[in-house]
Parts: sequence; C-alpha cells; structure tokens
Amino acid sequence: MIVILYLLAASLALGGGGLALFLWSLRSGQYEDLDGAAQRILFDDDD
Amino acid sequence: MTDAAVLDRPAVAIAEAQGVCAHCGSAAPRGNRFCCAGCAAAYDTIQRLGFGRYYRQRLLDPAVRAPRPEPAAARHDLGRHVAVQPDGTCALMLAVDGLQCGACVWLIESVLARDAAVVNGRVNLTTRRLRLVWRGGADEAARLVGAVEALGYRLVPFDAGALATAADRTARKLVRALGIAGFAAGNVMLLSIGEWAGLMQDMGPATRDLLHWVTALLALPAIALAGQPFFASAVAALRHGRTNMDVPISLGVVLVAGISLADTIADGTHTYYESALMLLFFLLVGRLLDHRARGRAREAAEQLLLLRTSDVTVQQADGRSVRRPPEQVAPGDRVLVAMGERIGVDGVVETGESPLDSSLVTGESLPTAARPGTRVFAGMLNLGGPLSVRATATGAGTVLAECVRLIEAAEARRGRFVVLADRVARAYVPAVHAAAFGTFVGWLVFGGATISQALLIASAVLIVTCPCALALAVPAVQVIASSRLFSAGILLKSPTALERLAQVDTVVFDKTGTLTEPLLVLEHATETPPEALRLAAGIAAASRHPLARALVAASGPTVATEGVTEHAGAGLSCPAPGGELRLGSRSFCGLPAAAAAGPELWLTRPGTPPVQFRFVERPRADAAPVLATLRAMGLAVQVLSGDRAEPVARLATELGIAEWQAAQSPVDKVATLTALAAAGKHVLMVGDGLNDGPALAAAWVSASPATAADISQTMADFVFQGSKLRPVVLALTTARQARNVIRQNLVLSLGYNALTVPLAIAGLVMPWLAAAAMSASSLLVISNSLRLHRAGAGR
Repeated sequence: MIVILYLLAASLALGGGGLALFLWSLRSGQYEDLDGAAQRILFDDDD
Repeated sequence: MTDAAVLDRPAVAIAEAQGVCAHCGSAAPRGNRFCCAGCAAAYDTIQRLGFGRYYRQRLLDPAVRAPRPEPAAARHDLGRHVAVQPDGTCALMLAVDGLQCGACVWLIESVLARDAAVVNGRVNLTTRRLRLVWRGGADEAARLVGAVEALGYRLVPFDAGALATAADRTARKLVRALGIAGFAAGNVMLLSIGEWAGLMQDMGPATRDLLHWVTALLALPAIALAGQPFFASAVAALRHGRTNMDVPISLGVVLVAGISLADTIADGTHTYYESALMLLFFLLVGRLLDHRARGRAREAAEQLLLLRTSDVTVQQADGRSVRRPPEQVAPGDRVLVAMGERIGVDGVVETGESPLDSSLVTGESLPTAARPGTRVFAGMLNLGGPLSVRATATGAGTVLAECVRLIEAAEARRGRFVVLADRVARAYVPAVHAAAFGTFVGWLVFGGATISQALLIASAVLIVTCPCALALAVPAVQVIASSRLFSAGILLKSPTALERLAQVDTVVFDKTGTLTEPLLVLEHATETPPEALRLAAGIAAASRHPLARALVAASGPTVATEGVTEHAGAGLSCPAPGGELRLGSRSFCGLPAAAAAGPELWLTRPGTPPVQFRFVERPRADAAPVLATLRAMGLAVQVLSGDRAEPVARLATELGIAEWQAAQSPVDKVATLTALAAAGKHVLMVGDGLNDGPALAAAWVSASPATAADISQTMADFVFQGSKLRPVVLALTTARQARNVIRQNLVLSLGYNALTVPLAIAGLVMPWLAAAAMSASSLLVISNSLRLHRAGAGR
C-alpha cells in the first residue's frame, strides 16, 4: 500500500521537472521566433 | 570544394529565359541578366563571399518587396538609435523589409558574421527584425547596415522600447499561465480519475483523503498562478463599476477552490479541483490564441508604418544639413525637400519651383505647382527639383492639426461600443449566482440537508454554469476569422472590428487611391506607335513625375536613356543626333497652347511630327465587380472625394454609383458621415488619404489600403494589402458569417447550461460528470467555430 506514496512522489517529481524545463525555455526566449527556429534547422553551414 | 558559381548557372539561366532579374526577380530588359546595376553588384558580392547557395534555396514571395538595392534611398539617422551596452558593444534594432523566406535570414546572418566587428547579428523571422550587436563605436553602424542594404533589403532603425513590448509581456505571461495550468490540470485529473475509480470499487477513506490532500497541494498554487490573467482583469473591471466575462470566471474558480479545500479539511467525499483547473486551461488556450492572432495583425500593421517613417533634412544656420524626425522640427526651421521625397512638415516654400503630388492630402489627382510663397503640407510628394521649405508654427490653420482635432471630436462622439460578450456577461453573472444561492437555501430549508451537503450541491451548480463554453463562444470564432483574414492580407487592428463590420449597411468610398489606382494610366496605349513609346519611356525613366512613371509602366521594362535633363514643372530633354528630344508639356515642346482635355505629355523629335500621350485615372482592376457584389449584398454605396466634380462624376458613371459628392474637405466628409449615422445607418468608410483621417474615425467601422497615409492606417479598423478591393468584400462576408457562428455558439452553450443546471440543482451532478460536461461543451463550441474556417476555404 505504501507503494502509492512512492508513485505519487515519483510522478510529481517528474512532472515538476517537466514544468521547470518549460518555464526555463520560456524565460530564455525560445518562444520569441517560432518561424525562424523552424527555418534554421534547414541551414547547412559548412563551418 | 564545389564551385558555387557553376552550381548557380541553372538558376541564372532560368531567370534569363523568363526575362526576370536573376537577383531580385523583377522584370529585366530583354537580354539582360539583371534589372539594374545594384542587383548585378549584389549578385557579385554574394558569389564572392561564397554564399551562392542562397539562389538555389530561396523562394521569392510575391507579396514581399523584391530584394532590389536602392542606392538613392534616403539614409536614416542611425546614430540616434544605437544603444551602447555595459560591456562596450553597441546594439541596434532594425526592421527588415524584403525577407522572402528562411534563406534570406541565413544570407543576412552569414554576411554579417563574416564581418570582424560584428558580435551578433540575429534576424527574427516572425517579427521581421534584425538585432545587430558589434564592437567598435556607433560609426560602424552605417557600414554594416550598408552591407545588408546592398544585397537588396531595406533596413529601418527603431527604438526597441517604443514598440509594444507590453503585448509581448502579456503573451509571455499567458504562455506561462498556460504551462502551469496544463501541468496541474493533467496531474490532478490523473489523480482524480484514480479517486473516482476507487470510489466506485472500495477505496477506503484514508486513501481518498490522501488523494484529496495531494490534489489540493497541486491545485491551489496552480490556480493562484494560472488564474492571474482572469483575476487581474476581473478586479480591474469591478474597480470601474463594470462586469465583464472574467468576473464570473474568477468568482467561480475561487469559490470552487475554496469549497473543495473546505471539503478536504473536513474529510468530505467530493472535491472539484480538476474542474477548476480544466476550466482555467481551456480558457487560457482560447485567450492565448486570441492574443496571438491579434498580435500578428498588430505587428504587421506596425511594420508597415515603421517602414514608412523617414526623417527630414533640416538646414541649420551654419549651412550644415542634419536629418531629424519630423516631430523634432521647430517652427521657423528650414527644411530641404529633395526630388522624390515626401514633405514632412507644414510650411511655406522659400526657394525652388516644382510640381507637387498632393493626392494623399487633398485627393487631387493632378500635380499642383509650388513656387516661393506657396503653402505646402506634410504628405505632399515633391516631383521636381529640390525645394526649401520654412516650417510654419503649428496653429489652428494647419491641415494636420485640424485633422487631429476632428479625429478627437469623432472619437468622443462614437462612444463605447459594448461588446456582445460583455453584454451577455452582464445578464449572466447575476443569474448564475442567484441560481447557486437559491439552490443552497433551497436544499438547506426544504431539502433538509446539512450545511456542507447544501454547500456541495450549490458548488456543483456553480461549476456546471461556469461559463467555459460561453467564454469561448466569441473568442474562438474571432481567432479563426481573423486568421482567415490575415492569410488574405487583411489586418484587423481593432478587437471589436469584426462585430461592427457585421452590422454595416452602407459603404462609403474615397476616390483617389482607394477606388482608383494611385498611378495614372496611359490612355489608348495599344494605339500608340511602339517605337515612340519606347523612346519616350526611355527618357521618362529618369523622372519621378506621375505621368513619367505611368509612361514607363505602360511600356514595360525600360533601360533609362543617358543624358536626360529634367526641367522642373516643364519636361525632360535629351540630346539626340539631329537635334533635341523633348518630352513634356505643350509649351515646353514648342507647340501652340491649347486647352488640354486632361493630363498629357508630348514627345517632339527632329524630323517627325510630335506624338501625344494622354493619361487617365483608372479604377482598380476589380472595382466594378466588387461594387456589384456589395450592392448584391444589400449595401448602399457612395463616393466622397476631395477631387474636383468632373473626375468624380466620370468615375461614378463608369462604376455605376448613383450617390457621389466632390470637393469634400475633411470637415465635409465628417458631416456627411454624421448625417448618415443620425439617419440610423452603420457606415463602413474606406479611404486612404490624409484628408480621410477624420472620416475614418467618425465612421462606424473603417478600412484603408496599405498604400495609405500613415494617419489613415492608424485610424482605420482594418488595413488591407494588395492592389484589389476584393478584401473589403471578404471582410464583410467573413464578419457576417462570424456573427452567425457566434450566435450558434451562444445557443449551444446556453443550451448545455439549460440541460445541466436542473440536474445540478437536483443534486444529481457528481464532480466527474461536471468536468466531463464542461469539457464536452467547450469542444462542441470549438468544433462549431472551426466550421467557419472550412466554409471560407472555397471562396
């Protein structure tokens, strides 16, 4: 029965980690230029 | 190492075969690879730097300005906008005009990266802005900007702080709230489903309470953070003594969270955290989409204006010239206006003689002559030689000040247009809370329930009446409608424009530049001897006079003749074997004076009889069909123009418009619109000139083409791009369809309420049922709104 506590803790920790990553990506400005980001993967710079 | 130039030969060969410039894609004279020296130089630069790949990967977008370098373009004062950063580097923000696709982003960034001084040059494709950071002082800016402009893009500096960063902050807050709400809603729903499943089997109270406490721990902070946009808006509305849709949402969410918390503490059976979070999540999705759609339109409109502002040249007392923005020019300053430049301030001409194009200011299609002593106004285009203008004091007499006064008066008169959603909210809020309160009292008094049981049933009533679907009914449709319009080149600037458009029953057009194309057209072009036309066009290519440009447009891609001299206000002359070629007015060409039927140019050559070119104003290509469609839609059509009666009458007859008025000043136009409004009509005003600004503000809803004066674009509710009038019809039909779908959505959501509220009052609604019903109704409303998207695809 105690396994439910472990599961709760684990899922909340993982979920919380995901949220933290999302907030970080928001703060570092990765949502500013979505069109440009889509095009940039097609650039092939030789250097 | 591949030879990049070899690989590009196919692209160049194709361009040559098609008769277009290999660099910018615009028409090139037969047999030439490029349309001008600038493009040839740009091609060489790109090949030399090894970026020839650009031509293979680029896709030219016909809606975007062609990447043609303009060496004669007015230079901007960059020094003013350069910001020196704490680490010693300089930063500059520039708007970029001419970005075709991702390849252009790559090209600009690669070219800048090659420069040793540049620390960072990054192009934002979504907002079309370039952020340039370099080492070495503000003077380097001109060289770096020049390097990019030589490739064909136009760069305009701006102050990063001046533009709408408030909107960016809102967007960021909404995305953060959405992320938090989504995370919490998902996890709480997971746990709640576990709880409901357990309750249907044999979950003990201890486990149930554990789950309640865990969900409370997740949900309460999430509601506090993700609900910020709604709480702030509700508090702001209440502070002004009004309610809007956010008030019942906030109240509902807070009450539900509170009741659930009380239930958790008292070890009760039902909590509603997941309903509150699902509600917040759906509403935030709707709000974010709405904000994004509006943000794109607003940014595009800002971009249009940004690319148009230019500084004026002020000559100081010591003889030096400096470029300044128009608002920094003081009365009494001397402003120099070059050929082809637009006058930036009101004033009086001091020296110089030149024809001026005042179509944006007064609507007159023919140029007027300016000489020392003539009063001129901001917005007039100098067609001939350089002028010096002494700026006049701003006073009651200036056109711009008068327009501004009229605009302010019109805005005050228009009053507040109450949005449909807010009107529904006003009725909805008291009804919902009365129902919940009534349920509570009813169960307590008549049903014999305990306080906590009655409270629980009342909270169930609050939840099912929660205006999830109702709050989505209008924004969902508006988002889809405005994105459909956006892809057709129509920028909706005002959030209430769509609703007001649906009520329109009269359409009033301005003439010059709106119903007619901005340029005059050569009459009987097919009957003109072709070699005379080509000769004349070659000479005319050197001038910016509208008649000369019309001649060049009629003749097709032209190579400019060398050695042409322009005589301001008279014509062009060019030496030729055997004498002189002259292109210009009757008197300039040495012909006897006679009354001219309209604007005309004469070409005289030694040894051949003179050739006459006549020009007329041409209505836009689809003006007649558009007007027919408008009449078929049941709308009354009128023309109000500042031009003389004769051209207006001619155009009205040609297009079949019965009601027209000519020689209208801005005051007259406003008076006509006010009279129409007093007669109970809802008017859509379409105009483009400075003299239309007050009328655009006074109308019920207004539109202006993207080629319009800045002030018209600012006043208009929507701006449409392109050279056709069809966007007006598209906007009207979309608005009407949107109104129908909104009504359907409201019926659907109110119907859902009518079904579920009796169930809730009877105490039959469990939390899972409430959450499922709310989600289902939201999805139903959104799916119904999507029908708008598909229905329009065929048009």
